[in-house]
Amino acid sequence: MSTSASSPSTDTGTTPVTEPVTGAVSSASESAHRESLPGAAENTGAAPGAKPYAAYLLGLADDAMVYAQRLGEWMTNAPQIEEDMALGNIALDLLGQARGLYPYIGSIDGTGRGEDDYAMQRDEREWHNVHLVEQERGDFADEMARLLWFSAYQVELHTSLTGSGDDVVAGVAGKALKEVRYHLDHASLWVVRLGDGTAESHRRMQAALERVLPHLAELFDDDEASVLAADLEVGVLPSTLHDAVVARVAHVVEQGTLTLPDGSRWRSRGGRAGIHSRPMGSLLAEMQHIARSHPGATW
Amino acid sequence: MNAVAVESAVAEAISRIPDPEVPVISIADLGILRDVDVDEQAHTVAVTITPTYSGCPAMEAIASRIVFEAARQGYAADVRTQLSPAWTTDWMSDEGRAALLRFGIAPPGAVPVGEPHGPVAVTLSRHVVACPRCGSADTTEIAHFGSTACKALRRCNACLEPFDEFKAI
Repeated sequence: MSTSASSPSTDTGTTPVTEPVTGAVSSASESAHRESLPGAAENTGAAPGAKPYAAYLLGLADDAMVYAQRLGEWMTNAPQIEEDMALGNIALDLLGQARGLYPYIGSIDGTGRGEDDYAMQRDEREWHNVHLVEQERGDFADEMARLLWFSAYQVELHTSLTGSGDDVVAGVAGKALKEVRYHLDHASLWVVRLGDGTAESHRRMQAALERVLPHLAELFDDDEASVLAADLEVGVLPSTLHDAVVARVAHVVEQGTLTLPDGSRWRSRGGRAGIHSRPMGSLLAEMQHIARSHPGATW
Repeated sequence: MNAVAVESAVAEAISRIPDPEVPVISIADLGILRDVDVDEQAHTVAVTITPTYSGCPAMEAIASRIVFEAARQGYAADVRTQLSPAWTTDWMSDEGRAALLRFGIAPPGAVPVGEPHGPVAVTLSRHVVACPRCGSADTTEIAHFGSTACKALRRCNACLEPFDEFKAI
């Protein structure tokens, strides 16, 4: 993603403008390369295209964007080079999900913002992701526990959203579903391998399942935005995904000779309303500092 | 040259653009070029492409190359990205599959119908992939994710060479 924020005030086209294309022909292609997501054509950045479920979509996009940033941290830090590539690839898929949604959100929330405005120019309180994805990178077992839960959640979420009444949302979900199934498969392989591996790997995988536990409930909270989106048959009530997600995870955990911990003494909340945990600030600082230090820079 | 020939010249130039990550296959053979609509009066061409994966970084390079190739033919290109219907390896042409094989990349198999594994995961990669070098079916997956989003890494147990597999999605 380039750091060049698109300029809403000059965007008079009928579709959201995407990032400039790099390379020798960038000036020519900048105006020519634009998104034509199905259903997006009639929505400009102005209020006439405004739709009330932008906040719901922002939560979904922010989950993907923030987790992409966390997973990207594994590059050069994973236990083996194949995992550098795997987690980098998964991060890229999630970044793609976020990019599929941000320009569209900008076209329906009345602000006309572009993808870089959302990713690079918002402060902590303006992010609507759950706490699970912003937590600091732990050991590899921690990441596999988080990826197992998050990708199981995303498989159910995107399966449901492929039937969304909004064509753009259905299109992004249909694309993402193929990818997140693969993420789930990857996490599942590792959880089983570590759980059913050595005594040490089993102990650490089990500990990771317990550490991730307090941050799971928030995935299934029916907040105001999701209730509205579900009423409009654009989104899905998170609570309705819970049982299927748990079933997926439970099966993998059992195969890995592990135990699914039940109940946490505390739980995170507030992410969808912009209330975040301590690690979020430094995550944003690292992610945004170049874009903010050089406003409007392009390459 | 008549109008039809001119139209096919720009369309053909665009369809022949190689994929930047796997240059042995064209964007048409890969199945990511979805539509080329030439307007002879305005000398414009509307091109619709779809990404292989949501975050495919090659899309911008492909879009700029389309603009470049169209300009060489005297046309202004309008490149649109379309997500739905989602790209599938089933759209890859036979020529494209043969080109991948010659290049040493195992072409994708048929996409499994529906969800391949129900609530149980751990099975997506357990399928038979023939070695593109020696043809042996005795190959093992080394890594779920290869050098690009669209590939996995495998090794042939017969000739012992590692190779890329284009994943079926």
